[in-house]
Amino acid sequence: MTWSASEMMTVAAARALTNDDICFVGIGLPSAACNLARLTHAPRLTLVYESGTLETKPHVLPLSIGDGELYETALTTVSVPEMFQYWLQGGRITVGFLGGAQVDRFGNLNSTVIGSYAKPKVRLPGSGGATEISTSCHRIYIVMRHGRKSFVEKLDFLTSLGHGPTGRERRALGLRTEGPSLIVTDLCTMRPDAESKEFEVVTLHPGVTADAVRENTGWPVRFAGQVHETPAPTPDELGALRDLNARTAQAHGVTAAE
Amino acid sequence: MAEILSLSDAIARFVRSGDAVALEGFTHLIPFAAGHEIIRQGITDLTLIRMTPDLIYDQMIGCGCARKLVFSWGGNPGVGSLHRLRDAVERGWPRPLEIEEHSHSAMAHAYAAGAAGMPCAILKGYLGSELAAVNARIKSIVCPFTGEMLTAVPALRPDVTVVHAQRADRAGNVLIAGIIGVQKEAVLSAGRSVATVEEVVDDLGTTGTNAIVLPSWTLNAVALAPGGARPSYAHGYYDRDNAFYTAWDAIARDRERFTEWIDANIKHPAGAARA
Repeated sequence: MTWSASEMMTVAAARALTNDDICFVGIGLPSAACNLARLTHAPRLTLVYESGTLETKPHVLPLSIGDGELYETALTTVSVPEMFQYWLQGGRITVGFLGGAQVDRFGNLNSTVIGSYAKPKVRLPGSGGATEISTSCHRIYIVMRHGRKSFVEKLDFLTSLGHGPTGRERRALGLRTEGPSLIVTDLCTMRPDAESKEFEVVTLHPGVTADAVRENTGWPVRFAGQVHETPAPTPDELGALRDLNARTAQAHGVTAAE
Repeated sequence: MAEILSLSDAIARFVRSGDAVALEGFTHLIPFAAGHEIIRQGITDLTLIRMTPDLIYDQMIGCGCARKLVFSWGGNPGVGSLHRLRDAVERGWPRPLEIEEHSHSAMAHAYAAGAAGMPCAILKGYLGSELAAVNARIKSIVCPFTGEMLTAVPALRPDVTVVHAQRADRAGNVLIAGIIGVQKEAVLSAGRSVATVEEVVDDLGTTGTNAIVLPSWTLNAVALAPGGARPSYAHGYYDRDNAFYTAWDAIARDRERFTEWIDANIKHPAGAARA
């Protein structure tokens, strides 16, 4: 069986989620990974979207964070202020899934601008929920495609705190939440070093070389003492993901997000 | 008590050039018809407030209605950029746009503070984020009981809020069901408020339910505007037009194509009575 790099990334991200997690889901790659987990090994995984839908079980992937599908399949729906006040800030969410235009070696994220803030080269959408998701959820998983423009030595703007510009700021700010504990890309998975908090490669996806990761990372990337191969997607995982994407494409009448 | 008015009368009476305006609705029930009426009436110099500017503010910004934008996530959900917003911020077209940028949590807290009559909202927010360095209205405050350092942002107090809802009764009470977003807070924090609705009915049918109801005395006007949330959606009435959200990317990418689209679809739609 063959698979694409995107499918490998989604499957690897899905595997990080458990039946005990209460997960704050973003649109795009995180949404696909979270729903794949729910459809495979973690049927009791609780999904929460920032539109206020609690325990939602969408049959197809939503295009936006507030699609009617999310409300119709939710246990209950709360207002947006309640979502951010009681449920996120109140500490009820175990895992937040985030991405961005840029990430650095300490898992800090930029989703605000490329270039300077005052005269941006590219104006990106901005924080949305991310700034407080990154500090309020018990831990954060990051899903992003690998590339030198996205895995950078220095962020153009720090939108959402990872472990901080030197890896020490999180603790200095008195945060008790864990912060980013996993990065999943289309090439590898990465975990932070326990002391320095610098992310290092822990598994390479099948067929990916260490050099390929080096070439696509904008800093001198470190590798764990023992780097394993990411287990290949199983036929069950691939089947569930492809069915989900096909249902989604049919429902939206557009090409499915990967 | 809300007056039941036509959409054009409601906008003409309650939305004024120079106002701080909130057109809220979180993906669901976005008041597009009202925004289009604001464009047609040439109302300008607005401070536009919305958590997610979405296509409606992309259109209003591209038409030159806005002098400033207060927002927390400015993208086309699941599709990409808002190109008219980007053109205004990156190149000042059709006019420069001042931005006041927040996170979702801060804006949600700020609307709730406005509704509660508080001068500011206090939250655990922006920790370690550079947003606090580029927005002078994000400040710190010490909890007088625990000494904990917290974040404060000013309450949101729009001059006028416009929302779209499923239905109103003849007394002007308004029901919102489904993804309820931040509309209740946006209405209760505003100086004036207008609701557009899919239909006006004899009985809202809310006895025993916990759908959001905005009493008539919280609104200045209710206007019938069937389909008034399209291309977003009205739960129980019509679905989100995801294909249009995708198609908007190409329309908005190009200034000329955008202007032609606005002329043909908003300013001078074929068959419309207005010249």
